[in-house]
Amino acid sequence: MKLKKNVAVSEAGLLFNPVTGESFSVNPIGTEILNLLREEKSDAEIEKEILSMYSTDKTSFEKDYHDFIGELSHHNLLEGHEKTKA
Amino acid sequence: MSKQRYERPVIKKLETGMPNKFGTRTEYQPMTHIDGNSVEKLMKEYGSPLFVISEKTIRKTIQKAKKAFRTRYPRVQFAWSYKTNYLNSICSIFHQEGSWAEVVSGFEYDKAISLGVDGKKIIFNGPEKSEEDLTKAIENDSLIHIDHLDELYTISELAEKLKARPRVAIRVNMDTGVYPIWDRFGFNYENGQAWDAINKIMHSETMELVGLHCHIGTFMLAPSAYGIAATKLAELALSIEKKFKHEIKYIDLGGGFASKNTLKGAYLPGSDTNPSFDDFAEAISSALLNSNFQQEKLPLLILETGRALIDEAGYLLGSVISNKRSSTGRRNTILDIGVNILFTSFWYDHKITPAQAFTHYSEDTCIYGPLCMNIDVIRESVNLPLLNKDDHVVIHNVGAYNMTQWMQFIALRPNVVLIDMDEKPHVIRLRETIDNMNSMEKVPAHLKKLNL
Repeated sequence: MKLKKNVAVSEAGLLFNPVTGESFSVNPIGTEILNLLREEKSDAEIEKEILSMYSTDKTSFEKDYHDFIGELSHHNLLEGHEKTKA
Repeated sequence: MSKQRYERPVIKKLETGMPNKFGTRTEYQPMTHIDGNSVEKLMKEYGSPLFVISEKTIRKTIQKAKKAFRTRYPRVQFAWSYKTNYLNSICSIFHQEGSWAEVVSGFEYDKAISLGVDGKKIIFNGPEKSEEDLTKAIENDSLIHIDHLDELYTISELAEKLKARPRVAIRVNMDTGVYPIWDRFGFNYENGQAWDAINKIMHSETMELVGLHCHIGTFMLAPSAYGIAATKLAELALSIEKKFKHEIKYIDLGGGFASKNTLKGAYLPGSDTNPSFDDFAEAISSALLNSNFQQEKLPLLILETGRALIDEAGYLLGSVISNKRSSTGRRNTILDIGVNILFTSFWYDHKITPAQAFTHYSEDTCIYGPLCMNIDVIRESVNLPLLNKDDHVVIHNVGAYNMTQWMQFIALRPNVVLIDMDEKPHVIRLRETIDNMNSMEKVPAHLKKLNL
């Protein structure tokens, strides 16, 4: 899983996709995950990193992480996850 | 190193200037305490979901309403609308504040009597009053508000039988400029039904016509409609005096004042737009004072306000069961609060506030209840801070009708806690148990043996 190269993420959690011109707002934990994705970390590495920083459990995070990845994919922000046109 | 508070990762597309059916964000502060009591502690002790009622808010609200009317009109009497919330403790607070009882059924009548309300201070409204109910009301000298001619004849017969002269009023329905007209209750003003009933009462002499009553609607947003109703009832009272040389003692304008809730479909929040007690008081008092009553013969003004007096005092606390997404990607959050205990979510967009700290990030959300039914929707679209599983929320303005119209459906109804003037919590209605439910059922002997 990898964030598209041309997608810009600011420290404050503002995300810009120059291909579509769309802007997004991401919360701090979401920004952490985006940065880890950019570093091409695996799901397990990301989970370990987040669990070490935030007070949550593995099950809760896993559910929310998959939901977040689903949203990134929905917005065409991940490499190899382009939506196919009908 | 201590870990940071967890918040779900969230990404939100920025669409500046685009109209959004979810509206703008409304919650900026968590509601961690109610009258000095920690929400978390209350839920830990009394369970989730949990109704919490603030005695301070009830007393403050009724005092505000009384002040609004008594500073404008010399003779005002409130009567607590039992159907709005007839938990014994709630009724007792209003009675301590001087309110009479306004009941609409034999059950409510008996409740008022069991609470120690003087029969003379019970107003008996409603279309269904059995002979047994009416006999009790006549013997207790209660004020009986007649809804239809069949009731009028029954009272007349009972009066002769009991050798009593019951004190009655008629309920009048009328055109106040608000449509549809509530004309299913009482006698119509414009088409002469009201006069027909008045003539029958005055000529029969078995009853004493002491008042005129109307209730023009519910959640009324136009104080001017009450002005029209007051003017019409004043004209009727003065005409009765002229025709029969008979003085009408009171005019009862009923209830229906809007609370601060937001009706579904309203563009702006009810807390900003709905009329205040002063607005209603101004319209009603002006109409009565501007009528042709002599100053010393001004009738008593009775008000049966319910919703506007209790809604704000009630909170419903609940917990997040799950977060999920719909097929279209919309955020769905499931609470343990369903429409079975929050009946008013069919009418209002209830304000929902998280009970724990949150950041400024928010999400367009649909809030569902826990019932296995498609209609169990608490808010179809609301922009809320991010909620995690097991987080707590506070739903506001739930004091009216929810604790009388709630349904024992699938689950048992929760505890109701009253926080008193000294900020001490008391359970005023216990959570139901399976034994409560089963104790009302009887299973025939042949159905008791199961061979599964």
